[in-house]
Amino acid sequence: MTSIKTILTGAALALGLTTAAFAADTTKVGFVYVGPIGDFGWSYEHNQARLAVEEAYGDKVETTYVESVPEGADAERVLTQMALSGHDLIFTTSFGYMDPTMTVAAKFPDVKFEHATGYKRDKNVSTYSARFYEGRAVIGTIAGRVTKTNKVGYIASFPIPEVIRGINSAYIHAKKVNPDVEFKIVWVYTWFDPAKEADAATALIEQGVDVIMQHTDSPAAMTIAEEKGIVAFGQASDMVQFGPNARLSSIIDNWAPYYVARVGAAMDGTWESTDTWAGIKDGMVGIGAFSDKVPADVAAEAQAISDSISSGSYHPFTGPLNKQDGTVWLADGEVADDGTLAGLDFYVEGIEGDIPN
Amino acid sequence: MLRLEKRPVPSKAWTIATPLLAVLATMVAGGILFAILGKDPVEAIRTIFWDPLFSEQFAAYSRPQLLVKAGPLILIAIGLSFGFRAGIWNIGAEGQYIMGAIAGGAVGLAFYPTAGWYIFPLMVVAGAAGGWAWAMIPAILRTRFNTNEILVSLLLVYVAEHILSAMSFGLLRNPEGHGFPGSRNFKEYDSVSNTELIANSGMHWGVVAAFIAVIFAYVIMTRHILGYQITLAGQSPRAAKFGGVNPNRLIVLCLGASGVLAGLAGVFEVTGPAGQLTTDFNQGYGFTAIIVAFLGRLHPVGILLAGLLMALTYIGGDLAQLMMGLPKPAIQAFQGMLLFFLLALDVLTNFRIRFKKSEAA
Repeated sequence: MTSIKTILTGAALALGLTTAAFAADTTKVGFVYVGPIGDFGWSYEHNQARLAVEEAYGDKVETTYVESVPEGADAERVLTQMALSGHDLIFTTSFGYMDPTMTVAAKFPDVKFEHATGYKRDKNVSTYSARFYEGRAVIGTIAGRVTKTNKVGYIASFPIPEVIRGINSAYIHAKKVNPDVEFKIVWVYTWFDPAKEADAATALIEQGVDVIMQHTDSPAAMTIAEEKGIVAFGQASDMVQFGPNARLSSIIDNWAPYYVARVGAAMDGTWESTDTWAGIKDGMVGIGAFSDKVPADVAAEAQAISDSISSGSYHPFTGPLNKQDGTVWLADGEVADDGTLAGLDFYVEGIEGDIPN
Repeated sequence: MLRLEKRPVPSKAWTIATPLLAVLATMVAGGILFAILGKDPVEAIRTIFWDPLFSEQFAAYSRPQLLVKAGPLILIAIGLSFGFRAGIWNIGAEGQYIMGAIAGGAVGLAFYPTAGWYIFPLMVVAGAAGGWAWAMIPAILRTRFNTNEILVSLLLVYVAEHILSAMSFGLLRNPEGHGFPGSRNFKEYDSVSNTELIANSGMHWGVVAAFIAVIFAYVIMTRHILGYQITLAGQSPRAAKFGGVNPNRLIVLCLGASGVLAGLAGVFEVTGPAGQLTTDFNQGYGFTAIIVAFLGRLHPVGILLAGLLMALTYIGGDLAQLMMGLPKPAIQAFQGMLLFFLLALDVLTNFRIRFKKSEAA
């Protein structure tokens, strides 16, 4: 009896060992998304980058994902289940996963984590984000040039530094080419809610806006712009299929190069905790092709801004710039430092309205 | 031809059998759905129902998580069941849950960084009071002005959500949070942290409160005059009136009880599993609890089991996404099927199926 048991245990153990050895050959990478992968915006682009990782490493890598994970207690559970199921590297792709990521990372020191847009790091937690404000400078220029009513609509999600940076950057560059431009900002307090985003777009159009920008994830505003015959910019992904006539250009999140590089680093053992904030130069922020609605001279001007940001000869936040209350923020020629930008909580001079809080 | 004939009394046997039958029917229908999606149906069902409880890899973690997920659902659903039995429809438990979390959380944050054993109990009291106060709005409007408590309580959810967002961006925002929304993390402040009472058991104060609520509800419904009055009011409001039940008192009591329990769930959740007051810490527990209450047939023990079952489908659903790449909408459809079958099969409890030849007119 005992001997049979021993043999069986031995066999089970051997089986277990071979599975473990087999598993060690493939690197298991997990992705947690805040929205559905079919949002055609934020989560969609993260998922495209996941597919790029699969493409790059073939059967040396196994990827999994869980979509529409609420930020909070559920995120912590999903992350723990991922860590338990043998993932080597986990990408948590929304700001609200910050504390859950830190908690789970502390419990699983051997699992590596990559948290998007946060500021807390650990020896097994890296952070990464994109300088979307660089893209905003380009589309802000276009918006300032093409608006006929001089009213640009902006659908904003939450009053956090990331979003405020985008508004400021777009406004500064629209104002530069069109001193009469006005920004109408609507706060929808959601990243992804097509109905709310569509309502916001409609409300903006009723206020006389003829160009719409957004910092939310769904293409709802683009479809409204198409319907009402005004123009808009794709956000996070190109969105041309939702506004073939309305779309002027877009800011495209391209996480693929970063994800491929980080998974590669995890595979060859060179992965280290880092803090990445990449922009147009590194390809993390892409500018979608200019449509034929953008006049050639405007396209050239926008391209020049994009090129100068990419080459490093121009920073979108270069003085002289005043804060909304008229006090000096940046002196002539002074460039904003990353620390200030990371915590940006004020509008620049000229933007009307208050940041809600 | 099939005919439905109303039973004089709901069948006891079917009351017990229909939930099991519903789970079976869900497995079959869900299995077909998963097979159409190109996944192994048996493995999918096993991943959802079996792995969270018994798989070697996950069970040690997910069994306690079952309690964590079910705790607030049960606590809120128990509160709702009093009113639902009496025909008082509190649809706004989500709002009371949020207000409880805000009130309790605010008390805790006001003490930061003082240490003291008395802070957490104060927060619990504040949480209960917050939920109660929010529930008193529909209660008073109903008793004074005869407004519809369904609409008032539901609409107050949206008010509560806006207050929550104002709090996490304003008054209660973490001053060291680099301008990002959300309060301080309660888990990093020992005096207010609702940690596990026994390590890796999932038992935090909210789960304990849920169990106590189940027992209390059971005693009240079966042994106490109030339980009798609630049942009477639900079955026949006129008879209840003649029997000396004061309907306004009942409305205030039932809405108050559900407000208190929802508020408690809120404060335990925000100081424990959620850890932080953010714009969407609430996760819709107040609405899911309505389903749990009906799934459990408004009976305390039923609610306990229904809460655990719902929690299982959530946790198993996450696992199925993770392990098998099933899309989230498929999991949600599966959960929907479970509720559909449970409610649809209820017909067998209340009706008898008769086979009868169609009569020529």
